[in-house]
Amino acid sequence: MTMPIATNRVVTAIVLVLMLTMASVASSRGVRWTTEQVHELSMLTLSALEPLPPDPTNRVADDPRAVDLGRRLFFDPRLSSTGIVSCGSCHSPDHEFQDDRPLGIGVGTASRRTMPIAGTAYSPFLFWDGRKDSQWSQALGPLENPAEHGGTRAQYAHVIVEHYRDDYERIFGPVADLAGIPFIAAPVDDPTARKAWMGLTDPQRNAVTGMFVNIGKSIAAYERRVEYAPSRFDRYVDDLLKSGHEPEGVLTRDEIAGLRLFIGKASCTQCHNGPLFTSNEFHNTGVPARPGLPLDVGRLAGARNVLNDEFNCRSRWSDASSKKCAELEFLDSDGQTLRAFKVPSLRNVADRAPYMHAGQLATLADVLDHYNHAPAASAGHSELKPLHLKVQELRQLEAFLRALSGGTIAANVLHP
Amino acid sequence: MTSSSRNYQLRRIPGGRFAVLTTVIICFLTSSTFMTARGSKPKRPQASEFGLGPRHSMDRRYVATLQPQQPLRRRHLQTIQVSITDAEGLAVDGATIAVDGGMPQHGHGLPTKPRVTKNLGGGLYEIEGVRFSMGGWWEFKLFITGTPGVDSVTFNLNL
Repeated sequence: MTMPIATNRVVTAIVLVLMLTMASVASSRGVRWTTEQVHELSMLTLSALEPLPPDPTNRVADDPRAVDLGRRLFFDPRLSSTGIVSCGSCHSPDHEFQDDRPLGIGVGTASRRTMPIAGTAYSPFLFWDGRKDSQWSQALGPLENPAEHGGTRAQYAHVIVEHYRDDYERIFGPVADLAGIPFIAAPVDDPTARKAWMGLTDPQRNAVTGMFVNIGKSIAAYERRVEYAPSRFDRYVDDLLKSGHEPEGVLTRDEIAGLRLFIGKASCTQCHNGPLFTSNEFHNTGVPARPGLPLDVGRLAGARNVLNDEFNCRSRWSDASSKKCAELEFLDSDGQTLRAFKVPSLRNVADRAPYMHAGQLATLADVLDHYNHAPAASAGHSELKPLHLKVQELRQLEAFLRALSGGTIAANVLHP
Repeated sequence: MTSSSRNYQLRRIPGGRFAVLTTVIICFLTSSTFMTARGSKPKRPQASEFGLGPRHSMDRRYVATLQPQQPLRRRHLQTIQVSITDAEGLAVDGATIAVDGGMPQHGHGLPTKPRVTKNLGGGLYEIEGVRFSMGGWWEFKLFITGTPGVDSVTFNLNL
């Protein structure tokens, strides 16, 4: 049956009005994503994070008993020269496992900012300069650093025998015989500790170092389970991917505009990519030097140091059955950049000012201003180019970064 | 006939305006992109220049094809096999291949030092230790020394 002409026109008019209305709604929201952008977003959500990668260098990495022992050691201030500094002193679970300070404060003041712990199981190199290649070898660094825990491995072995013997032996077998081994002894700069260390026999040194390594491996087993919790950004992307429609009421218009800039014009995902918002690489971004500190060459030294590290993947202390350690094998130690520092994750970034490797920039707005202007590096060459973003765009980017806060979750309980 | 001609015009005019507008926009975008490229960084090649190959070497002595074990990914250390033939399509065995590359628009090279670790025969070589740390345009270069001579091939990859 043929439709009367008048009816036909009315239907056409209604369809046109509907189409125009739909188009205007979509444009007033301003939240249309292209297929390519949706793909980019799908790679950033925490739901896209791969399962925890195995750590073949740490045989107890996934042993729940080691997780528990590691958690207690992490919060134990007896693992310090003063008896008041634990890993948790700077890596506070109440503060995203960092300390809100420009420079870490242990028994002294560190030369760099405390880094958060969540997600570090996914990083091939740790610290701002990547001088360690596993979580357990990283954990051992601060324990003997004179500005951080300030103690010695012999002291820590004694702490295990006195306070953790049963739990330790259930995981690692009998503790070493520490008879005759002084409390302060380690191959460190402190002359007293070094002299005592040189006075030990090889078997004694190996026994002490073996226990020290197991402390690190236990702490690492705990740290492996410090993870990021989903943020509003993740909920937005997950809803978008699931329903195929723009989720409403999850992100504000400014946050969405900021997200659009983040993956587009501002080029943030060049480095802050993947579900952890980091490439895990090292770059010179022209961050100013912190007055009062000696020149920090960053990755230039870190790449060399990790190859020679006493506790690296190739070392006798690593549990990797094959000493084929690809990250070390293909590391370009000669091609590293002066003053290149680790690309940090941006998850929870709004909750951990100040920023950069020595807390040089106080606020997120300062950080965005730095990237927008791209100043010359104090040493070496900055890889940044000015972004020429408007004030409103910077504000939108900041709004988006604030939507990346979802907190941190840790194994068992958060507190000791 | 008249009606049909009028309808044609009615359809045609908006399309024409759209085409003119599009041309203007494209010209503007192209010129501004070109200015940016000329002023600060190397220009990204056309889309047709991207991909895993087969790709001729600079002096056309070789044809190389990249065969990643998995689709190329950002951040992960990965292994890529490369198949090398001569200009006639015959497999080239026993070649020495050096690997280089980087991001021309960022002024940095590859973040790792990948190298050929296995000569699998039949013109197939295995390159280990490749990492692309960022999204964007990467150059992946092979310097090949074999019976046909010394030559290099550059792949443009979009990560």
